[in-house]
Amino acid sequence: MTITLDNLHLRVGDFELRADFQIEAGHKIALLGPSGGGKSTLLSALAGFTDPVGGRILHGDTDITNLPPAKRPVTLLFQDHNLFPHLTAEQNIGLGVKPNLKLSASQKQTVREALARVGLQGHGTKRPSELSGGQQQRVAIARALLRDKPVLLLDEPFAALGPALKHEMLDLVAEITAASNTTLLMVTHQPEDAHYLADQTVLIAEGVANAPVDTKTLFANPPAVLQRYLGS
Amino acid sequence: MARSSQPLSLTRALAGGGALALLLALTLGTVGAVWSKASFQAGLGPADWAAIRFTISQALVSATLSVVLAIPTARALARRRFRGRQLMVSLLGAPFILPGIVAVLGIVAVWGRTGYVSTLIGTPLNIYGYSGVVLAHVFFNLPLATRFILQGWLSIPSEHFRLTAQLGMTTGEVNHLLERPMLRAVVPGAFLLIFLLCITSFAVALALGGGPRATTVELAIYQALRFDFDLSKAALLAMIQFALCTATAAATLWIAAPQGFAVGMDRPARRWDGKSRRHVLTDQILLLTVGLFLFVPLLSILLKGAPNLLMLPPQVWPALGNSVAIAITSAFCAILLSLALSALIVSLTARWKRSAQLLEIIGFLSLAASPFVIGTGLFIMLNPVVDPFKAALPITIAVNAVMSLPFALRVILPAMSRAEHFYGRLGNSLGMTGWTRFRLAIWPRLKRPVGFAAGLSAALSMGDLGVIALFAPPDMATLPLTMYRLMTSYQMAAASGVALLLIATSLALFWAFDKGGRLDHHIG
Repeated sequence: MTITLDNLHLRVGDFELRADFQIEAGHKIALLGPSGGGKSTLLSALAGFTDPVGGRILHGDTDITNLPPAKRPVTLLFQDHNLFPHLTAEQNIGLGVKPNLKLSASQKQTVREALARVGLQGHGTKRPSELSGGQQQRVAIARALLRDKPVLLLDEPFAALGPALKHEMLDLVAEITAASNTTLLMVTHQPEDAHYLADQTVLIAEGVANAPVDTKTLFANPPAVLQRYLGS
Repeated sequence: MARSSQPLSLTRALAGGGALALLLALTLGTVGAVWSKASFQAGLGPADWAAIRFTISQALVSATLSVVLAIPTARALARRRFRGRQLMVSLLGAPFILPGIVAVLGIVAVWGRTGYVSTLIGTPLNIYGYSGVVLAHVFFNLPLATRFILQGWLSIPSEHFRLTAQLGMTTGEVNHLLERPMLRAVVPGAFLLIFLLCITSFAVALALGGGPRATTVELAIYQALRFDFDLSKAALLAMIQFALCTATAAATLWIAAPQGFAVGMDRPARRWDGKSRRHVLTDQILLLTVGLFLFVPLLSILLKGAPNLLMLPPQVWPALGNSVAIAITSAFCAILLSLALSALIVSLTARWKRSAQLLEIIGFLSLAASPFVIGTGLFIMLNPVVDPFKAALPITIAVNAVMSLPFALRVILPAMSRAEHFYGRLGNSLGMTGWTRFRLAIWPRLKRPVGFAAGLSAALSMGDLGVIALFAPPDMATLPLTMYRLMTSYQMAAASGVALLLIATSLALFWAFDKGGRLDHHIG
């Protein structure tokens, strides 16, 4: 279903951001722009962590502007702290099935399958501190997989990883979202990430989130705002 | 190993070694002196056993009540945002530097025989004895416990609360998943620290305790020396106090005491749990009750003190002079000791990590030292040489400097360690050495924490009513002692005027030192 940002107006302290566009289902969209430009704020508003001062957010025809985070059709992965340090990988994933972790046998099986799907067979009983940075984010992806929400939001969860590992993770995300036709929105300040994964790009700069544009078209003929950002 | 940190220079070794020797002489040396005089054959009388029982029992009850009340209070402060929240959190730091005797006056004004509560319910309450001591200790330590535990709450990453919201967890599930593990880590340390503070607190026991059923060991030492002139009894009691404190301190170290004395409070994470009416209402009632419990006594000191400020008895002024002199001198001593010790610890860390850690522990151990054990030891050591009662001021300065050392060290050591780590290397690479290196590379980074630590130390010393009560001749006093003497002669109006003067001076000293550290400050 389409996500509609209807005259959305966000304010955090002195910072303001406006967005007025639609996101069609199934696209992979990069949110590109300078740091401090409002990319994370926009994701935070979609996920229900930042209340807009004006406008609405619609999912299909349903107004989700005031829904609590858990009732929204989205999963947000943060840059870090996606896992609880005192719970094992399996438990962290299990939270996506049942927040009180009282899982039935078949639910436990589902958790193990998700673990295998992100390539972490046999790591289920490890705690986050025993996993590498990339493995930790794989656990978070596995939980997102089980939550099975129509929209996945990535707030630079792979920013701390090296280039090869980052591409590996983006491939994993691409594979998972393609299988379930999930809409993907990911924050980045690197144009090559947009080229690598995203068919559309939302340019966020100077207080405005612009409507998504085909990534190739955008870079072939960059508007003034993008030129200023790229420094070309 | 890379020579990343400053090599251990002779100056550093001498200054640090001297500070260490002085510290050990004052803490362990005095214990040795006490040991030599303690007569163990006489054994403990029933009154001594009663004092031990009372000390432990009131400390257990006070620490338990403080922590049990602090947990929901800290939770309410962590998950609610309201006007005045920041003010409330800041004021929670106030009892820490509030002179003990002033707090007692405020508590008597609220809970005493003719206090607000007695007037309100129409029956005079008796505040002296067990309940009064516990009440005063909770008044002091509930805020401290709340700040420690609130620190724990604020250390939970805000992403974790977002995550629980995204996963749709209930308030109970959030409690189970996030809050209980944090409390398990934070609460035991907070409990033991408060237990220790309740064992060593003197002003409260002196003013509200006493008699066969409410005498602490600390108070019994004071009485043995001051009224019975029984040195061997005092020494025996001092050994018991030392054992109690050391055991508690060892337990505190073992489970790791919470960090964060007077740490600035962060913006709280936004929360999505605890939104039901029941939770909101309980939080509101709780915060209001705790707020009244803590702030009405403080307010009463202001209200009752202000009209008497212009009619202070004449003996106040020399006492004020003594107090300010003690506070400033002991603050300087505490800072010099902390700087010398920190420098030694930082240089040792690179090569002998274990000895550096040991030094750090020794620096903090004086938290467990009882001022009366130190005082008794100094009394025994000085008695053959000079009349200890004539040396009241220097003894008080020395004891106060040692007592505030753990707090000063806690502020200065991390700052020096950071400054050395980041700018010491830069200084080395530019060929700076000795005094130039300290002045240009290290000191600018230390000025602010040193100013804060000096202010804290001066305020603590200004309000202290400890060894001075033991040694002061009748014609000599500090401000807290003058206040206590006025209170025991039922001159409450005059005492409340002195209380206000005492608070104002403490705050002024704290402000002046803290401000001094920020002058000419170009560090973000």
